[in-house]
Amino acid sequence: MSTMTAQATQVYSVFIRATPEQVWDAITKPEFTQKYFYGSAVETTAEPGTPWRGWSADRTQQLVDGEVLESDPPRLLRHTWRALYDLETASEPYSRVSWELEQAGEGVTKLTVVHDELEHSPKTAESVAGGWPYVVSGLKSVVETGEGLGV
Amino acid sequence: MDDDRVFKALADGTRRHLLDRLFERDGRTLTELESELDMTRFGVMKHLRVLEDAGLVVARRQGREKLHFLNPVPIRLIHDRWIDKYTERRVSALADLKTELEETA
Repeated sequence: MSTMTAQATQVYSVFIRATPEQVWDAITKPEFTQKYFYGSAVETTAEPGTPWRGWSADRTQQLVDGEVLESDPPRLLRHTWRALYDLETASEPYSRVSWELEQAGEGVTKLTVVHDELEHSPKTAESVAGGWPYVVSGLKSVVETGEGLGV
Repeated sequence: MDDDRVFKALADGTRRHLLDRLFERDGRTLTELESELDMTRFGVMKHLRVLEDAGLVVARRQGREKLHFLNPVPIRLIHDRWIDKYTERRVSALADLKTELEETA
């Protein structure tokens, strides 16, 4: 791996053989996120102004904190992001995550995750750059086969 | 399904070079990328098109500019499908050999 500074805007995109509604559920429901998001359960009602939180599998530890900024089911979910799982990332300012869903043919959805506003959060940028490819490919696997890739 | 496109896109030195440039600094315009390559604008566009079709590069509009981002997910999928599978077998074959040798020792 390179030692380059991680990017302040990161884009992750994948085609998933499922409807946008199915992908939306996989993003917003903890029973799905636990299978691909490092075992973590997402807590969100996907309504603007409400919390977006990521919890450890046993729900005792909050790993990510955020707030829903924008929501247009099943097309767009945008929320802030502060990673609490590490002291260094936890001390950095909130960045922003956008989940964009686009129908790309019959029963196919193009999912694009954009993690941006990371200019002042270099540790977070580095941490999530290693994580998103795993999470996004795991999400595809969970939606298409019902199984994650294993942790 | 999309593996062919990804392998084809990666089977070219210029395109791998473009990915490395984007890995260093993401979100670049065609003009920026062109300035780092000894190639015509048309040539760079053509290669970017192949990378975009394979999903390895995602172009996004930001104001007036069209920025190109590296998308590592197809490489991750290839890794899951083609690398994990075969290297895992190799590692377990070595582990089996070790067990066998130790048992007969």
